[in-house]
Amino acid sequence: MTISPNDFFIFISLALMTLSALWAVMATDILKSALGLALTSVFLSIVIFLLGSPLAAVFELSVCAGLITVVFISAISMIKPEGHTRGEDLGLRRKRRLKKYLPLPLLLVIAGILLWVNRTGLPVSPPPPDGSPLTMLEVMWDERRIDLAGQAIMILVGVFGIVVLFKEYMNRKGSAD
Amino acid sequence: MEIMSMFWVLASFVILLFIIGIYYLLVTRNLLRILIGMEILTKGVTLLLVAAGYLTGRTNIIQPIIITMIVVEVVIIAVAAGVVIAAYRSNGTVNIRSLRNLKG
Amino acid sequence: MITLFIAVPLVVVLILNLLPRKLANALSFWCGMALTVISGVYVLTTSQSSWLFGFDPVKRILNWEIVPSDLSAVMFVSIALVVFSAFWVGQYLFSDKNRQFIFNNLLLLCMVGMNGVVFSRDLFTLYVFLEIVAASSFILIALEKTKAGIEGAFKYVLLSAIATVLILSSIALLFMTCGSLDYHTVRACLTSGQLDAGASRFALFAVCLFVAGLFIKGGIVPFHGWLPDAYSSAPTAASVLLGGIVTKAAGVFTLVQLAQNVFGFDKPSPVLLGFGMLSIAVGAFAALGQKDFKRMLAYSSISQIGYIIIGLGSANVFGVVGAIFHIFNHSVFKTLLFVNAAAVEKQSGTVDMDRLGGLSNKMPVTGFTSVLAFLSTAGVPPLSGFWSKLLIILGVWQSGSPTVAIIAILLSLMTLAYFLSMQRRVFFGKLAAGLEEIREADFRALVPAVVLAVITLVIGLIFPWLLGTFLVPLESLL
Repeated sequence: MTISPNDFFIFISLALMTLSALWAVMATDILKSALGLALTSVFLSIVIFLLGSPLAAVFELSVCAGLITVVFISAISMIKPEGHTRGEDLGLRRKRRLKKYLPLPLLLVIAGILLWVNRTGLPVSPPPPDGSPLTMLEVMWDERRIDLAGQAIMILVGVFGIVVLFKEYMNRKGSAD
Repeated sequence: MEIMSMFWVLASFVILLFIIGIYYLLVTRNLLRILIGMEILTKGVTLLLVAAGYLTGRTNIIQPIIITMIVVEVVIIAVAAGVVIAAYRSNGTVNIRSLRNLKG
Repeated sequence: MITLFIAVPLVVVLILNLLPRKLANALSFWCGMALTVISGVYVLTTSQSSWLFGFDPVKRILNWEIVPSDLSAVMFVSIALVVFSAFWVGQYLFSDKNRQFIFNNLLLLCMVGMNGVVFSRDLFTLYVFLEIVAASSFILIALEKTKAGIEGAFKYVLLSAIATVLILSSIALLFMTCGSLDYHTVRACLTSGQLDAGASRFALFAVCLFVAGLFIKGGIVPFHGWLPDAYSSAPTAASVLLGGIVTKAAGVFTLVQLAQNVFGFDKPSPVLLGFGMLSIAVGAFAALGQKDFKRMLAYSSISQIGYIIIGLGSANVFGVVGAIFHIFNHSVFKTLLFVNAAAVEKQSGTVDMDRLGGLSNKMPVTGFTSVLAFLSTAGVPPLSGFWSKLLIILGVWQSGSPTVAIIAILLSLMTLAYFLSMQRRVFFGKLAAGLEEIREADFRALVPAVVLAVITLVIGLIFPWLLGTFLVPLESLL
């Protein structure tokens, strides 16, 4: 088994990604959780880049690491200042109990995979013989045009969602206060 | 590195991300944290899609798919965050116990 | 085709939002009417397109071969019908003009999403449109921002996210094994037998993940936790849409489509039969114990979806045709019942069945149409629900599981039981206290109710004329 430098960087980023996901899960402060998620995204985008999908990596970096973090942090800032006990926020007691057992399934899975590696045939379809004739952009704009329409519809739905869910009904608030 | 070992390395990291995400969903009682758990699961799926493109040598096909998926997931998360904010405004808390009124 | 069903509604939504609000408010309803009526009529009358055949429109609905195209026609008609009714009910229920406008827009977007689900010939495109349907449903459920609505919406968000993870993982794995995602290639790859043992086990795992995801989307027991909450807590106009078509388009129809055309289920599947029976039984027993009208209808949906699943599980012509016919019938009578629930809720101010009673004297049309709908649901001849259940049970019997067929018939009596209990508590008996002043709902609730009731009745009555063509294979088999 030979490991090229490219593979080596992939493994490092994968490990860092998993560690930041773990950090996101273990952090007691929800803000740190959100930052851990952003960090996971950053490392994931490095992995995506190294695995030969540069454009998707850019999207992962800008949209997931950027936009989603903004969504989370603004949501947290809307919720946090209004007085929360931290215990209620986290469900701390139950968490501690389960925390002890987290490494167990992880180890089991790794051991299982290591044992299984050479037993099963490779379920991967062989690469197309002469390389696919289409470039990525051709696939996107010609083959998957309907997905782009789907994206547009999805964004429209999102706009309505934000209008409905985030907008404070001023008159209702006035009557409540 | 040959494709087979690469497959198992990537697959094990996907499974690790899934376990972390599911664990978080089970443990937490905070609605926003549930969304973070959902996002971790989505990261696992993204990695799986990337791995599928890389291992089959079809990154040209998988890239548009990943891009579309990322856009779709952002909208879902934004709407879900909106639901959580609305829940906070109506209940004054983001604890999941505030959402246990419907039964039967 | 694709323009009418996806691009035009999208453009309409965009234009409506650019117009001045007052004009757009009035226009949005009529645009929705026009779009649903045109698409319904278009599907029923276009004869040159490859996915329809025959001359008589009704025959066209009932007499199809099992190819994706014909499934699509049935679904397009159902979607158009339900969205049509939901537009009327929205007009009837929402007093706030602004909210009504947003509701109409979301309804159109949800319709686009469902049409896209029916259209797609690629697993990933399917996923995109499933998410559009899901996202617009979340917003519709939480539209009024009541406590219950938000709770229902959040449960749906959570379970739908899990379903998405399952479906996307499955898509990635299928891409890995087959190298493509469009239905034909995947089918060829899965059924040709060229995969070696490891790869085919892997593919089977992927198919299981996909089916589990669709089970969640379709609300099949034991993945049904979100469904009653979402249905009963949504604004009733949104419940019409959700109960009538969303779970069927997103979960059940997709399952039928994929099982038949992609995964190639051609043997009777004990797994599907088992899950179907579980849904029928759990849904029926839970419905019996409900006090909330809408919640009872939700459990009844779970039970009826179980029939569709066992029809699919029988994997023969009768079962599958019955399943598809039952999807159509179910969307007709369940929509009708939700329209009735909307009328009752608006006129009396409650959907708690203990506080209702004797409404059929005061609300004759609502009472009568609900009787028709429940008889059709329970499978009483000659209404349309009877024929689809008959086909499903024949299919199950043929597939070599007579026990399942008999239990399905017995549980069908349960349907009768809980609907009789509902009728007694809501429409018959003594007029409940405080409801003396109640009046019949206005035309905005009655138009869809009458249209749907007529469809149930006419399709049921016309069915015997189709016996010759439709049941010829039946004679040779019995």
